[in-house]
Amino acid sequence: MSYGYVALAAVLLICVIALPLAVALVGGATHYGEVFSDRELGKVAFNTAAFAFASVSLEMCLGLLFAIVLHQTFLLRGIVRAIALIPWALPTAVMAMSWKWIFNDSYGVANDLAIRLSLVGHGIAWLGRPGAAFAAIVLADVWKTTPFVTIILLAGLQSIPRDLYDAMSIDGAGPLQRFRLVTLPLLRPSIALALTFRLIQAIGIFDLVRVMTGGGPADSTKTVALYIYDVLISYGMPEYGAALTGVVALATFLVAATFGALARGRARA
Amino acid sequence: MRRIGVALGVAFLVVFCLAPFLWTVLTSVKPGPEVFAMPPTYLPRALSAENYTGVLEQRPFARYLLNSLIVAAASTALALTAGALAAYGIARLRMRAAGTIEKGIFLFALFPPAILLAPLRGAVLTVGLMNSYVALILVHAALNVPFAVWMLAAFFRQMPKELEDAARVDGFSRLQILSRIVLPVSAPALAATAILVFIFSWNEFVIALAFMTRDEMRTLPVGISLLSGATAYEIPWGQICAAVVMTTLPVTAAVLAFQRWIISGLTAGAVKG
Repeated sequence: MSYGYVALAAVLLICVIALPLAVALVGGATHYGEVFSDRELGKVAFNTAAFAFASVSLEMCLGLLFAIVLHQTFLLRGIVRAIALIPWALPTAVMAMSWKWIFNDSYGVANDLAIRLSLVGHGIAWLGRPGAAFAAIVLADVWKTTPFVTIILLAGLQSIPRDLYDAMSIDGAGPLQRFRLVTLPLLRPSIALALTFRLIQAIGIFDLVRVMTGGGPADSTKTVALYIYDVLISYGMPEYGAALTGVVALATFLVAATFGALARGRARA
Repeated sequence: MRRIGVALGVAFLVVFCLAPFLWTVLTSVKPGPEVFAMPPTYLPRALSAENYTGVLEQRPFARYLLNSLIVAAASTALALTAGALAAYGIARLRMRAAGTIEKGIFLFALFPPAILLAPLRGAVLTVGLMNSYVALILVHAALNVPFAVWMLAAFFRQMPKELEDAARVDGFSRLQILSRIVLPVSAPALAATAILVFIFSWNEFVIALAFMTRDEMRTLPVGISLLSGATAYEIPWGQICAAVVMTTLPVTAAVLAFQRWIISGLTAGAVKG
């Protein structure tokens, strides 16, 4: 029976994820009402949305730029492509320690560079001030996940037939026109794929924030995932955590599906 | 013009991607006092291995390494077996509902692990598997099954049908075709998938943090993120950087060594995607 081939995968997914998820969603049933009057959730949801918006929009732009660069032919392209993958392949929590060191207020290289470039007069406590801590986390996330966007968009670029560009050139179209009329429309499915996955991951961000700021200062960088962790482990409220999971998972799914569909746009219609 | 643009783009990309890692490497090889020199020295004045020996001697780094290796190796083996079988069934066998099954599997990729923490932790507490390898291995394997199916199904679809037809004519059974023909031909795709799944498990943080509460069971990312000094003013940044380098170097080496397979595997999946 050919269904036997999917049995192991199905058993793993159902027993390890789906069943516990169903049990938790039912177990949290009496707590869903509280979720909507939870003021802390409102605050962390706002932080999460701001983080997701800032980091994902920067990553999409930079990722597109990198993908276009890597699509050109140049010496040592294979190695440069591998280098472009490295940030994505390194453990986020571990590299978050490096970022914490880079942004250290007394000995960090970020302050030294900023002073040398006359961007600031004296050192900043990067991770100790709300706005600066947010910026530091966004920068670290852009560094970490732009490669993911790059590789998806590079795949999209490689699938665009060369003849289309040649035909446009014969018709006298310049590089900008070719980009707008050929590259962008044909890249839409790849952009939608990258955007959907990036939004899901950004909404669920945990390790980077947990290690770099712990959600501080004064909860200004606390995200939904950090809040769920606190509810479960620090506050010891598993049933409320389960109810939160239901609401947040649904919201994540809706946001990703909406933006994915928007990005796919005409390509689907 | 175009050449200069590409050169600038490549230079920016390389510096952007490598700078944080290089700075960590530089810090890790500086002797104790130079780590905290102000202004920082961009080229170390002296080289020292003291941060490396320090973190290996004073911290349970070897134990974290062992835990990470066990969990990542076992969950990769499990996710790859389950993923390869499912991908082959979906891509190559005329299964009714193959499309629905594939979509159902991909549905599981839509939840970030941190959001799934409540149900996963609830289940592990119920079955009493806190601080055990088994629980973490099963969760990492399950979380990576959708990715393995995605990569391998894309590869199996590209394989010429004639290979299997010829084997069938020769009287091979389906399982024999899979084990003697399909899997050997797919070795590069399997290797790329295995490396990436291994890396994902090696890097996973939130589940490992919540499941392993005893220090001797912690994995590398969790152990390193919790490294601290006796007081807030004595954080051993040199040792931390050494630990970061030792954890990330194998990953970097694997990506550089297998970049061709990894990139062609990822792009094949993404185009189908």
